[in-house]
Amino acid sequence: MNKQTLFELLQQQGVSRRGFLKYCTALTSLMALPASMISTVAQALESARRPSVIWLSFQECTGCAESLLRSHSPTVEGLIFDHISLDYQHTLQAAAGEAAEHAREQAMKENYGNYLVVVDGSIPLADPGYSTIAGMSNLDMLNDTVAGAAAVIAVGTCSAYGGLPHAAPNPTGAVSVSSLIKDKPVINVPGCPPIPTVITGVLAHYLTFGSIPELDRLGRPKVFYGQSIHDRCYRRPFYDKGLFAETFDDEGAKKGWCLYRLGCKGPMTYNACATLKWNQQTSWPVESGHGCLGCSEPDFWDAGSFYKALSIPDGDYARAAGYAVASGVVLGAAAGFANQKTKSAAVSQHTKVSVDDFSLNQKDTNK
Amino acid sequence: MELFSNANDFLLWTRGDAFNIAIGLFIIGILIRLLEIFLLGRKQDFSEPRGSEWGPGLKNIITRSVVDNGTFKRAPFVVVVGYIWHICFFIILLFFVPHIELIHAMLGLKWPGLGSQFIDASAVIAMVALLAMLWHRLTHPVLKFLSTFEDYLVWLVTFLPLLTGYIAFHRMIDPYPLALGLHILSVELLLIVFPFTKLMHAITLFIARWYTGAMMGRKGIES
Repeated sequence: MNKQTLFELLQQQGVSRRGFLKYCTALTSLMALPASMISTVAQALESARRPSVIWLSFQECTGCAESLLRSHSPTVEGLIFDHISLDYQHTLQAAAGEAAEHAREQAMKENYGNYLVVVDGSIPLADPGYSTIAGMSNLDMLNDTVAGAAAVIAVGTCSAYGGLPHAAPNPTGAVSVSSLIKDKPVINVPGCPPIPTVITGVLAHYLTFGSIPELDRLGRPKVFYGQSIHDRCYRRPFYDKGLFAETFDDEGAKKGWCLYRLGCKGPMTYNACATLKWNQQTSWPVESGHGCLGCSEPDFWDAGSFYKALSIPDGDYARAAGYAVASGVVLGAAAGFANQKTKSAAVSQHTKVSVDDFSLNQKDTNK
Repeated sequence: MELFSNANDFLLWTRGDAFNIAIGLFIIGILIRLLEIFLLGRKQDFSEPRGSEWGPGLKNIITRSVVDNGTFKRAPFVVVVGYIWHICFFIILLFFVPHIELIHAMLGLKWPGLGSQFIDASAVIAMVALLAMLWHRLTHPVLKFLSTFEDYLVWLVTFLPLLTGYIAFHRMIDPYPLALGLHILSVELLLIVFPFTKLMHAITLFIARWYTGAMMGRKGIES
């Protein structure tokens, strides 16, 4: 760990105490903590040492790193990110080849048991050759690096759930971090990409409390993934009033009505886009006029068309219905003819009875 | 082995394979029931018709929706609660936008939906009506005596979509894909049970009413 505290580093960057406290307040509110916790957060961050962070990129598109790094600058979040000790990130680091791998090994040795591992990208299990770094398979590098880690943060849907590489038919046998790492805390920060503030928020939580935040059943911090997009969507009143855009350029779309009919996956998606927004809180997908894709949910690539409403069946029901009509007609006709046969058999077996056939003998009639 | 790796997988299954199976059995069942009825045939009627069949038949489908006085006097509870239940049920089925989307996707027909508050209120009234009907069935000695397993099964498969729909709409089960999946699954159960139980009345009533009206029309009787 770096000897300087976070606050000292921020001061060097010209961040005032007022700016720092403002950030702490925003952070406290972001983490859904009571206002009385602001001073705790500030104190913790003031004295926090920079933790060593090793960032492993496996089967990924670098979009997650782009989301965080290109977000905007300079912000306090950005500065904090600059000043965690990012000891290995092969997109960003100047070192290459053996020197780069050496940096990783050195950071592991120096901070054994205390460093954080950030992973973006999925891990291929079908053939280790699908993705290697310095001749090392992703699986080996993950196991090797995580062995001495305090916790693992799986950034992006690929590392959290397998993501795009995991989409059917999953040619590389891609899996998530949490399906491989069972003996260390794994925090999933899904999204394609995740919201930058959420990534820094999770890091800040770790800096403040030295522990991982409360997670939901999919390993996501509840504070950011506790509510659905639909519940926090500013277009929700239109849903409740029954006002929907039916195409992307109709009157409803222009008036900002609900995008449910255009396939918005907001009701099933748990993320903070509706409240934190993107690009310096400029906008977010639904605000820009497109339905939510559900990118922070497992298997969102395989969850049917992005443009089909959630209530619509996703399979080839027309084919199923076609087969059903054909077999229904055959079976119905067979049943109908069987009934007719029974009926005509009954008619042909019917013997006419006349009054003479009735015995007047009481004993017989009682039989 | 886990059947579903997560709630989204479950929802996808209910929207995919499970729906295909349910809609398949629903169609097969209905065709069997209808063909059985139609292929039974009628003996040819050699009498001279005194009036037309089609007009009175179609008219009868509508006029029989109005309850006659005798029935109302005999069973006012069943008539009133029955009407309330059916009206609320059709409001939910036909005017909740996600339902309209389903109909549009499958049949290509669409119409404007109602606001959530109307759907929500209708769902509550429909559930209370169904519970009242069950209470009536269980406390009325004759009705209870006549009730079979099928009557309770039909009640259950009708009640479950309402209950799960209400739960999904109000997001009372977490996560939402599980709640929505349970709702869709309960409707699939209803679709499968439908053709083989009294629920089939929703289709056969049209045949029965038309036939009664048509026969009366043929005989020159006003129905």
